[in-house]
Amino acid sequence: MNIIVLLLPIALTLAGGFAFAFVYSSARGQFDDLETPAHRMLLDSDIANESLKGQPHE
Amino acid sequence: MSNSAPSKTVETFMYDDDIVKKFTIATLVWGGIAFLVGIIAALQLASWQLNFGTSWFTFGRLRPLHTNAAIFAFGGNAIFAGIYYSTQRLCKARLFNDTLSKIHFWGWQLIIVAAAVTLPLGLTQSKEYAELEWPIDIAITVIWVVFAVNFFGTLYRRRERHMYVAIWFYIATIITVAVLHIVNSIEIPVAWFQSYPVYAGVQDALVQWWYGHNAVAFFLTTPFLGLMYYFLPKAVNRPVYSYRLSIVHFWSLVFIYIWAGPHHLLYTALPDWAQTLGMVFSIMLWAPSWGGMINGLLTLRGSWDKVRTDPVLKFMVVALTFYGMATFEGPLLSIKSVSAVGHYTDWIIAHVHGGTLGWNGFLTFGMIYYLIPKLYRTELHSVRLANVHFWIGTVGMLMYLLAMYTSGFTQSMMLRAIDPISGKLVYPDFVETVVRIIPLYWVRAIGGVLYLIGFLVMCWNIFKTCRLAPKHLEAEVYRASKMTEESNEPKTAWHRRLEGLMPTFSVLVLVSILIGSVIEILPTLVAHTYTPANSGVVPYTALELAGRDLYVREGCYNCHSQMIRTLPEDVLRYGKASLPEDSMYDRPFQWGSKRTGPDLARIGGKYPDLWHYRHMLDPRSVVQNSIMPAYDWLFDKKTNFAILERKLEVMQSLGVPYTDEDVRNAAHAARAEAEIIAAGLTGDSPIKGLADREIIALIAYIQRLGKNSEKSEGKK
Ligand code: HEC
Repeated sequence: MNIIVLLLPIALTLAGGFAFAFVYSSARGQFDDLETPAHRMLLDSDIANESLKGQPHE
Repeated sequence: MSNSAPSKTVETFMYDDDIVKKFTIATLVWGGIAFLVGIIAALQLASWQLNFGTSWFTFGRLRPLHTNAAIFAFGGNAIFAGIYYSTQRLCKARLFNDTLSKIHFWGWQLIIVAAAVTLPLGLTQSKEYAELEWPIDIAITVIWVVFAVNFFGTLYRRRERHMYVAIWFYIATIITVAVLHIVNSIEIPVAWFQSYPVYAGVQDALVQWWYGHNAVAFFLTTPFLGLMYYFLPKAVNRPVYSYRLSIVHFWSLVFIYIWAGPHHLLYTALPDWAQTLGMVFSIMLWAPSWGGMINGLLTLRGSWDKVRTDPVLKFMVVALTFYGMATFEGPLLSIKSVSAVGHYTDWIIAHVHGGTLGWNGFLTFGMIYYLIPKLYRTELHSVRLANVHFWIGTVGMLMYLLAMYTSGFTQSMMLRAIDPISGKLVYPDFVETVVRIIPLYWVRAIGGVLYLIGFLVMCWNIFKTCRLAPKHLEAEVYRASKMTEESNEPKTAWHRRLEGLMPTFSVLVLVSILIGSVIEILPTLVAHTYTPANSGVVPYTALELAGRDLYVREGCYNCHSQMIRTLPEDVLRYGKASLPEDSMYDRPFQWGSKRTGPDLARIGGKYPDLWHYRHMLDPRSVVQNSIMPAYDWLFDKKTNFAILERKLEVMQSLGVPYTDEDVRNAAHAARAEAEIIAAGLTGDSPIKGLADREIIALIAYIQRLGKNSEKSEGKK
C-alpha cells in the first residue's frame, strides 16, 4: 500500500493547511464577531450614480 | 491594506457583471446539452437499438460525456457565475483583472468543447469524472490557476475586512480541487491523446476514489454551499439563521470530507482498515451536513409565506431538502452492510441524481432566477412560468428517483437471492435481472425528459427577461471606504505585514503540497516496488495490452465492473473474490462502479473465443435479451501494432517487468499471438486479415482476465 505514503501526506497537508488557515484567521479576528456579518452582507454598497438612485438596481 | 492611509478614504468602483452574465448564459447552454445527453444515455439502456451501431454514439462513450458536461460544464459555469457575482459584492471590489476573467471564461468553454469532441472519439482515460486526456488535463490546471489568481487577487483588494462565510467555502473549493485534479492526473503520455496513469491497480483505485469522492465534496458541495449562504439570505432578505453554525459547518466539513473516499471501495481488495476509516469518516459527515441544511432552512423562519410566492426561494428550499437527503443517504450507504445491497446498482444512480438534479440543479436554477433580473435591472418575465418550471422539474425528478430506487432494490434482491436449501443462486442468469428493470429505465427516461422540459421553460423565461431589459444600461458606480485596521488589535508592524497575505499563504500551501507530492511519488514510481516480487504474475502480453486499451477506449467500465467483492452472492456468481494481484498491472484500474452487465474480473476462460467473437458482433445472437450494444467496428478497424513498442516502453519505465527484448519485439509478438487466435476462430476456412482486426486483441484481453491470481496461487 505504497499509495498511502502518497495520499496520507497530501491529505494531512490539506488538513494542516486548513487548520493553519483557521488558526490564522481566528487570530486575526475573522470569527470574533459572529453576529453582524450575517446582517452586513444584506446591505448593498452605496450607489454613486445620481441617475440610478432609487431604481430597481440591487 | 498595508498602507496607512487615512482610515476613511472613500473610493468609487464598478463591478464586472459582464463576466457573470457570460458564465450564466454558458450555464444554460451546457446545462441543456448535459441533460439531453443524459436522456439519450438513459434511453440507450431502455432500448439498445438507440446505440445505432455507431462507435461515437454508444453508451460507453456517451455516459462520460453526460457526467462531465453535467458536473464541469453546467455545474462549473454555474459556480463561476455565482462566485464572481457574490465575491465582488462581499468584498466591495471589482474582480482583480478583466483579462484574467476573460481567459478564465473562454478557456473553460474551450476545455468543454475539447471534452465534447474527444470523449465520443474514445480518447479517454476511463477513470470516472477524470476521463479527459492529458493535454486537456493540463489546460484545466492552467485555467484553474487563472481562476485562483483572479479570485485571490480580488480578496487582496477587498474593501471589507471581514470575509463572509461564503468566501471561505470558495477558498476551500479552489485549493482542494487544484490538488485533487493534479494528483489524480499524473500520467505518462503514450501518444497525443493517450496516456497511462502512474498508479496501478489498487493504488490507482484508491487515488481515483480519493479524487472522485472529493470532487463531489469540493466541486458539487462546498462551492454550492457558499452560493447557498450568499443567495438564500439575499433572496429572503434576512440574515442566515446562525452565522456561528455556518462557520462550524464550514470547518468541520472541510476537515472530515478528505478522508471519506474509501467508502467507494467497500468489500474490495482494499485493505480492511482503509475501508473502515472511510466508513467512520463518512458517518461523521452526517452531522455538519445536516447542521448546514437546518441552518439554511431556518433562515426562512417567519418568511414561509414568501416561499409560497417567490420562485427563487421555492427552488432553494427544495435544493436544501435534497442536500439533506443526499447527505443522509451518503453516510448510510457507506455502512458496509448497506453498501453490500446498494453498490453497483441503480440505488447509487438515484443517490447521485438526488444530489445533482435536486441540490446542484435546483440551487442553480434558484440562483439564476435571482441573478438575471438583477443583472439586467428588470423584473422576471413571468413568475408563472417559473412556477411551471418548478413543478415540472420536481415531478420529473421524483419520477427519476422513484424509478431508480425501485430498480436498484429489485435488481439487488434478485442478484443476492440464494436458495437456502441448495445454496445456489436463484437467478443465475444476469440478464434475467436486467429484463426485470427495463420498464423502470423507461420511467427514468421520462422523468429526465420532464426535467429537461422544465429547464427549457426557464431558458425561454430568461430569454424574455433579457429582452425586457433597458437597451442601454448605465454602469453602476459604487462607493465604499478603504479597508481599515480594526481597532481592537495591536497594530504592530508585523501584523500589518501579515494583513492581506492570505493569498500568498494559500499559494505557499499549494506549492508545498505539490513539491511534497513530487518528492513522494517519484521514488515509488521509479522503483519497482508496486510489483510484489515473485508473485509469479507475468504482465500483459503486447496483444492483451492492445486489447485492454480498446476496453478503455470503448468505456466498457460504464457497464461492467472488474471487482468481485468478498460477499457470497458475488463469489457464487463470478468466482473467487478479487485479489490485489488481479489488477496489479492495470493502468488505469477498471474496477468500475456500476453493474449494468455482469462483472468481468474472472471472465477469462469462461467462454470460448468464438463466443466472444459472436457476442461482440451481436450480443443478441448468444444472449437473447441482452441490452449490450453491438461493437461491429471492432471487426473493421485494424489494431495499431506499431504503437505497441512505445506502450511497452512506457509501462517498463513505470516498473512493469518487461525485458528490453519484450519491448523491441512487441509488435511482432502481438501479430504472432493474433494469428493464433484468428486461426482458432476460423479453423479450416481462414478469413484473410482477421488477425489484424481489433476484435482479436480485445478477445485476447478478455480471455486473460482473472488469470493473475491463478498464477500467483500456483506459485504459492
Ligand atoms: C450498455 C451497457 C454495456 C456496455 C457499454 C458493455 N456491456 Fe458487456 N454486457 C452488458 C450486459 C447487460 C451483459 C449481459 C448480457 C450479455 O451477456 O450480453 C453484458 C455481457 C458481457 C459479457 C459476458 C459476460 C458473462 O459473464 O456472460 C462480456 C464478455 C462483455 N459484456 C464484454 C463487454 C465489453 C468488452 C464491452 C466494451 C467493449 C462491453 N461489454 C460493454 C452490458 C454492456
